[in-house]
Formats: sequence, structure tokens, C-alpha cells
Amino acid sequence: MVIDDFEAGPDGKIRCNACPVLCWIRPGLAGACDRYANQDGKLVRVDPHVLLERATAAGENIVPFSREWDGNLFVTAVGAGTTYPDYKPAPFIVSSQIEGVDTVTVVTEGIFSYCGLKVKIDTDRHLGPEQAIVRVEGEAIGHVTTGEYGSQMLSLGGVHHLTGGSKKEGRVTCDALLALSNRKAVELTIDGGATVLVEAGRPPVIDGVVEERMRVGCGSATIGMFAKQWFGKVDDVVVVDDHITGVWSEHQAGKLIGVKPTGLRIRGRRSTPGRYFKVAEPGTGWGGTNLTDPLAILDAFDPKVARPGQTLLMVSTTGEHRAFFRLDEALRPREDQMPDDLAGSVALIRENCEPALSTVLFMAGAGGSLRAGVTENPIRLTRSIREALTLVTCGGAPVYVWPGGGITFMVDVTLLPDNAFGMVPTPALVAPIEFTLRLDDYAALGGHMDAVRPVASLDLAQRRLAPTPRTGRPR
Amino acid sequence: MTRAAAARLPDGRLHLQDGPIDLVIHAEGPRAAAALSAAARRFVGLLDELCAELPALRAPSGAPLQGLVARRMGAAVAPHAARGFITPMAAVAGAVADEILAAMVEGGGLTRAYVNNGGDIAVHIAAGERLTLGVVDRPDRPDLFARALIEPGIGGVATSGAPGRSFSLGIADAVTILAADAATADAAATVVANAVDLPGRAGILRLPANVILPDSDLGALPVTRLVPPLARDEIDAALAAGAAVAHALLAEGRIVAALLRLQGESRTVDPARRLT
Repeated sequence: MVIDDFEAGPDGKIRCNACPVLCWIRPGLAGACDRYANQDGKLVRVDPHVLLERATAAGENIVPFSREWDGNLFVTAVGAGTTYPDYKPAPFIVSSQIEGVDTVTVVTEGIFSYCGLKVKIDTDRHLGPEQAIVRVEGEAIGHVTTGEYGSQMLSLGGVHHLTGGSKKEGRVTCDALLALSNRKAVELTIDGGATVLVEAGRPPVIDGVVEERMRVGCGSATIGMFAKQWFGKVDDVVVVDDHITGVWSEHQAGKLIGVKPTGLRIRGRRSTPGRYFKVAEPGTGWGGTNLTDPLAILDAFDPKVARPGQTLLMVSTTGEHRAFFRLDEALRPREDQMPDDLAGSVALIRENCEPALSTVLFMAGAGGSLRAGVTENPIRLTRSIREALTLVTCGGAPVYVWPGGGITFMVDVTLLPDNAFGMVPTPALVAPIEFTLRLDDYAALGGHMDAVRPVASLDLAQRRLAPTPRTGRPR
Repeated sequence: MTRAAAARLPDGRLHLQDGPIDLVIHAEGPRAAAALSAAARRFVGLLDELCAELPALRAPSGAPLQGLVARRMGAAVAPHAARGFITPMAAVAGAVADEILAAMVEGGGLTRAYVNNGGDIAVHIAAGERLTLGVVDRPDRPDLFARALIEPGIGGVATSGAPGRSFSLGIADAVTILAADAATADAAATVVANAVDLPGRAGILRLPANVILPDSDLGALPVTRLVPPLARDEIDAALAAGAAVAHALLAEGRIVAALLRLQGESRTVDPARRLT
């Protein structure tokens, strides 16, 4: 059990131990320094970079440093404070032993003007055209980028929205990035597209509808996966998909198991047999198209091939939309009760779809003066990361460091502790960043050796150690 | 001593921080670099010295004090004890600035230097030099409304008012005082700002200081939290009450000039024409 950094008093008051003034602080108020505050009986550090704002107004920017500690000794930068511009050593250069080697962890918080979010929204619904502007409160904060397999990517923030546009654009962008990074929900509106409620690690809500499942695959892939399931239960199947709509009787997978032609004709551009592009416009209806009536994509059946009574299943790539039809005497499809065994195969499509999520990666460049807080010779830090001698983490979470110049990294925000991100009025985001390396390597790259402190001295000083990530991957 | 932090700002000034103390320090002259080093050396441990006798510093003026900074504080507030409740804490910011500046000046070789402790500033001006200082009333919206000309003889500039981190018994937005040293200016600014007031005026929100900060040296004294828009004659009356105290302090030789500000109106007590 770790002793708390503060003493609790009557009426919810707490006594701050951050400095010898030892202020008693009432709930919701800050101490004499305006740096430490009492939030619901917990001592929290108000980010020093938002000092100009009233502490009470900065509720979202409060960074707790007192955390439960699971005994796994790892120091993170959450609430470490930074010394921007980082001419002096980073606030904590901690030496501890990891696997018997002396290591140091340089703990600081970086101020990132060059930062943004890459957001992946699992959906087949059309969120908006590529390059469309993504807005919050009417301000442009990013754009729609590539469509990926079963997902739509958004790029939010970046230096041009943070500092290149109007003051309001910068502020709104910064607020939205901060909220999303701290796993809060933000409503995004896409020009010429949908309104999406995004929250990291939660299903997206698109135009008010919760997206529950990702598509199992494109229409063609769905045919390939389930071709056998349908055999003997139905005469033809159309899997409606905005990307590639599949027709079972024409598709290679159907042909191979002996499915007979049905005279079904699709309105759309045929790519290869049984695979059709552009059957409809993108939208939030069937399979990510704008369809509410799937029959709209069918031309008249070929009377030379089709026969009355012939059956047809139309289904979307998630199984969410499905309908069963029987041809009448005039070869027109009429909706009918879906047979149970066929409904079972539709359920199988649903079952094979993964839960749809919004995922948020924070991306930032730490190539600037931040490195000077770590070493007197910044380029050596960059090189040492390249050579894998130095491990970079963000609030204890693993990061991906981009190849090429600088220290440009990406991190899944759900792996960081709560409220790990902060902001400055620049506007820019403040994010924890740690560099861990062997003590001798640290000395070799010109580290601030005189500032290295043994890990044991830390909790005696100002703060305790943050936990490893809640959903930590093995490190 | 790892709690105190030092950093060079991009413009070359030195930033020192420890607990509630934030200093921004500038030095010019052949020994400027040495002076900045001296400032950083003196800074380490200074907060601990102060905190060691915090109970006496928070008690009404008159309690015996030991430390150098504490004695500067005590000396600065003592002349005001007869006017009403005051503790050495009224001069803490100025006294810290004076102490650091003294450490810098000791080695000589400075033409101009200042230690800005959150708006309470200790200034060193060598003979023949001068320094112009801008005065703003809203730190979040910097907009100069006055300038102070600092020449040898003025060693401190301090500002007190109802907004901001420190508490005031009065309603002034800002009272800026020029004096021989920062601790003196700090104490005088507190006293004059307390006097800019409309006692009994409805609508002014006052709360016991210790409701906001349990350890406040002001105890249960009512401190101003919110001042509603005032009529012109009310503003004039409040400023006149403050100006009367400033005149008295000037007559006693304790201050050089005073600038009082309330809801866009200003009063100066400035026979030496230091304010423009």
C-alpha cells in the first residue's frame, strides 16, 4: 500500500505536500500556487501551462498524479510537468533497474503543436467523400481520408488547424483533440456527409444510429465465405455492398459448387463475373449504399433463364439488412417470409462480424527542443531511438515511431491512463513522453547525468508512480 | 534540492519556480550571467526558509522573525500596522524579489536588472540608466494603460487588487505602487488597494478568506470576490478613498508614486511625474 501524497482533512479538505507551504485546499479549489487543486477529495495537478485560465474553468485539463499503483515499477510522464523550452533537464530522469541493467527513464511532458489524431471508424456507411472537411462547432478540424477495409479513416488536427487558421479554429481543434485523446465523446460533422459521435474504444454513432458491427467482408468476400451455407436453400443470393456487390450464381465461388444461372441482372458496373461496382450511391442504407429498397439495383430477370417461383436472398455485408424474395408469374420479385434455415445463414454473417469501434491514435512529432531536455546533444537521442537502444513510450503505452527523420510517433489513446493529455493556450496538446534506455547508453548520448535520480527518491519527493496502462499489451 | 526549477526563457530571461513562487529575471551589464547564477543559487532553499516560520509570518505584524526574507517582510508591513490588520504575508512577493535581486547586485557589474515575482518587481537601475515598465489591468488581455518610468531611487514596483491570486479587502482592479524596494511597494499596494472600497455597498460579493484558502493569513476577514458594475460616482468615491491613503503614504516618504485603477477609471498620486 502506497501512502498518499496528501493528507485528508475535515469537510473534504486536503493538505497538499507538493511544497513546504503545505496548503490546505478545499474541494474544487486550488492551493496558493494555482498548480495543485482538490478535485473530489483527490490532489490533482493543474497543468502549469494553463495557469492563465482559472483553475476551476480548467476542469478537463486537470492531470491527476496520485494513482493506484499495481506494484509494477514504471514511471510515466503523466503530470510530470515540462520545462519548455527544454533547455534544462526534463523534470524526472529516473534511474531504476530493469532486468538487472541500470536504466534511466527520462520523463517529461511534451508540448506538441505538430500533433493530431488518426481516427478509424468501423463502418460501411458513407461518412462523406474523401477530402471532405470534418467540423466541430462549425470549425474545420480535419478531413476525411482513405476508406480502409470495413472502416473509414479521418485525419483530425495537425498544425494547420491548430495554429494556421483562425483563433477559434485553433481553439475548437485543440479542445476536440484533447477530448478525443482523453477518451471523451466528440460529435463530428462531415461536409456533404454524416454526423458521427466518436469516442475511442466505443462504437461510433452515425446520424444517431449506433454502428454495432463491422461488415464481414466486401460483398464478393461474403459470397466466398458463405457460398456453401446457401447451397440447396435458395436459388440466388445478392450481397449488397457499396464497394463490391456480389452475385452468388455468377461468382466463382457459386460456380464451383454448381449454382445454376438465375437470369438475375444487376444495374451497375461489372468488374469480374459476380462482382459489381457502383450499384448505388454511397449512403447509410443497405451495405453502405443509399438504398432503402434493395430491388432498385436489379434489372428485369432474363426471361430465357429465370422461372416463376425462383427464390432470392438479398443481404448486406453485416447481415443487418436482409430480405427474401420469390419471383411471381411475371418474374417480378415479391418479398416473402424467409425460411428458417436461410435466416440461420444470415445470422452466421452477423456472428462473423466484429464489433464496430472508433479507434483514436494520437500522432505527434517530438523532434524539437523537447529532446534537449533529455540530452545535451539532441540528434543522438533520435539516433539512439532508431538503433532501438532507447524505448519511447507515451504515458507508459507502447508507441509506433515512424521511420525517417525526427521522433514522430503514434499511440493508441486507450492505452494511456485517464486524463493523460493536457493543453496549452498556444494552442497545442501536452502529452506525456518517456525515453527509457540503459544508463551507460544515456551517458554515451550526452545525457544529463547530474540530474539522474534513483527511483526510490521519487515517492518521497512530490509524486507517486503512475500505473501501467489499464489495457496494457505485453511490453 | 530538486523541487525548485530553473529554465531559460527563449528571450534569455531566467525563470525560477518553486511551490507558489514564479520569478522571471532579467539582467544586463558585464556581469549579467554571473548575476543570473547568483539568483538561482540564492533561490534554492528560499521557500523552505520562509515556510520554517510560516505561523509567525501569517500572524499580525509584530511577531519576531528570523530569516532574511521574513525580516524584509516584517519591516515592510510594520509601518502599516496602525492602519489596520496586516501580516508580513502582505509583502511576501516583494520581499522574495528584493532578496533575489540583492544576491544578484552583490557581485556588481549590472546596469539594469529586475526580478519579477508575479507582478511584484524588484528593480536595479545603475546611475544614468532608466527602465520603462508597462502597466496592464487584465493579464489575460494585455493592453498597456500606463507606463512607469523607473530611474535610480526606485527599487520596487508592486501591484495589488481584488482580481488575481492574492486576496484584497478592497475592490480595486489594480493599485500599482513605485517605492524604494519591492517589499515596501508590495505592502503599500496591499494597503492602498484595501482602501479602495465602498463599505456596505450592496452587490459586492465578499467571502471570509479562510473559506477559500483555509490557511489564509487573513483568517475570516471578508475578501472581495466579485464587484458588480458601479456608477461613475461610486467609482470616484472608491478611488478617492484609496488615493487619500496613497497621499498619506507619500507624505510619510514610504512610496514614490501610486496608480489606482477601478472599472476603467484611474487616479494617480504622482508628484514626481513617474507615470505616463
